[in-house]
Amino acid sequence: MEHEVMFAGFGGQGVLLAGRMLVYAGMLAGKEVSWMPSYGPEMRGGTASCSTVISDEPIGCPVVTKPSAMVVMNEPSLERFERTVRQGGVLIINSSLVKQKAARSDIRTYYVPMNDLAESCGDLHLANMVALGALVEATQAVPEAFLQQAITKHFAGKPEVAKKEWRAVALGGGCVAEARCAGRR
Amino acid sequence: MVEKVLMKGNEAIGEAALRAGCRYYFAYPITPQSELPEFMARELPKRGGVFLQAESEIASVNMVYGAAACGARAMTSSSSPGFSLKQEGISYLAAAELPCLLVNVQRGGPGLGTILPGQADYFQATKGGGHGDYRLLVLAPDSVQEMYDFTLLGFALADQYRMPALLLADGALGQMMEAVKLEGEPKPAPDKPWAVAGRRGREKLNVVQTLALDRDELEAHNRALQDKYALVRRNEVRYEALQTEDADLVLVAYGISARVAKSAMAKARAKGLKVGVFRPITLFPFPEEALFALAKQTNAFLVAEMSCGQMLEDVERVTCCQKPVHFYGRTGGHLTNVEELLERIEQIMAGKAVR
Repeated sequence: MEHEVMFAGFGGQGVLLAGRMLVYAGMLAGKEVSWMPSYGPEMRGGTASCSTVISDEPIGCPVVTKPSAMVVMNEPSLERFERTVRQGGVLIINSSLVKQKAARSDIRTYYVPMNDLAESCGDLHLANMVALGALVEATQAVPEAFLQQAITKHFAGKPEVAKKEWRAVALGGGCVAEARCAGRR
Repeated sequence: MVEKVLMKGNEAIGEAALRAGCRYYFAYPITPQSELPEFMARELPKRGGVFLQAESEIASVNMVYGAAACGARAMTSSSSPGFSLKQEGISYLAAAELPCLLVNVQRGGPGLGTILPGQADYFQATKGGGHGDYRLLVLAPDSVQEMYDFTLLGFALADQYRMPALLLADGALGQMMEAVKLEGEPKPAPDKPWAVAGRRGREKLNVVQTLALDRDELEAHNRALQDKYALVRRNEVRYEALQTEDADLVLVAYGISARVAKSAMAKARAKGLKVGVFRPITLFPFPEEALFALAKQTNAFLVAEMSCGQMLEDVERVTCCQKPVHFYGRTGGHLTNVEELLERIEQIMAGKAVR
């Protein structure tokens, strides 16, 4: 089983860290993992994305061109990356900032108000963790227990921060779980 | 058991350098290797070392000359355009037989090119980018783990043969994160009785220089260097051969392209195509005998690299026209693409490929 996941957004939205936490969890789960950033030459702002691969087999190319799952945190990323998602893949859209709907019907799309959910946790900067939670719930790319462990380890020495990050992850996951149920009803 | 950690390739080089006892690192920032000077700026002072951001690449490579002449384990790093600037100093380091580790995290060229990955500095790395008859011991990692392992190895081999070693990586390996085991005992630096580190009761002064105006003296020095390179060719060839025993087609690739070649091989094998992968790990010394022998048993080669065909020339040279050598290359910052490579494999094996 191989998950090829991309996170994309504005510089500063935390897409690189969301990807790092995902592969950290994958590594803790004993999988082969890779993480590869992509950004322009500017020091701040601009667009950023990262390719992550979680696999049972050794990983060849670390750059993902046809993601099995894609998270877009802003509108330019939707325009650029929607068409790259594999047929039957997952697309997660930050509906707080992206007012457009997905054009494709051959993929599973989830609308997650990442900024709003982050603000409900008290910090807009947690939007990336909301995104991560949604992604993991939608793809089951890594077991939740390892994701929690990764976050705890990354924020070791700052248990309060880790707690907030995890709360944001849970909100993102909950949003996808609810949408899935609503879809079946 | 050593726990795995998640690290960028550039950081893994820094961590390995520190463990190898490198306490002198001189560099000038350039993407996509800037995580390495960043790491060294943060970590070296903590471990009693010196990080100096030089005023230019040229200054930084000459600082390595100074530190290495004094017997210290020293390192510099850059990416393609910056590494070109270091070539004069590298020729001097080779001439003076100074052990050190050089790192080139290649990006796409020529000129200022792009900040994206490339593999078009193969000629410069293996054929002598500076002037004169010299060689570098060139190691080509294909994973973050090997960025770590080969940094340790590079320092050890440089000391063993008294020559500069070059870690030839690329922007993808430098920037990507993978799980790494930080293990393996670094070989401690040997005694360096030739170093400029105080007279210590010796009769003669140690002098490290490259000027030799006496014709016979310089020719003898050139012969001595060539003897050393011959020894390196004999002892230090490293490569990886995967499923080449029954292969009708052997992919030849190094570094990041070798990973893609391995993926393409798996996909081709799943379709019943007998494909193998040959990965040179040392680019100098090039695995000449192994490839020559392989040319006797396989039907064709396909060289894949992110250039317009540089290692290709070595594969053609050492296989001596025994079998066709095909080529697939991307440039401009594009990585070797697994689907394109697979398509090329299928064309060749269906006998439809135009060389």
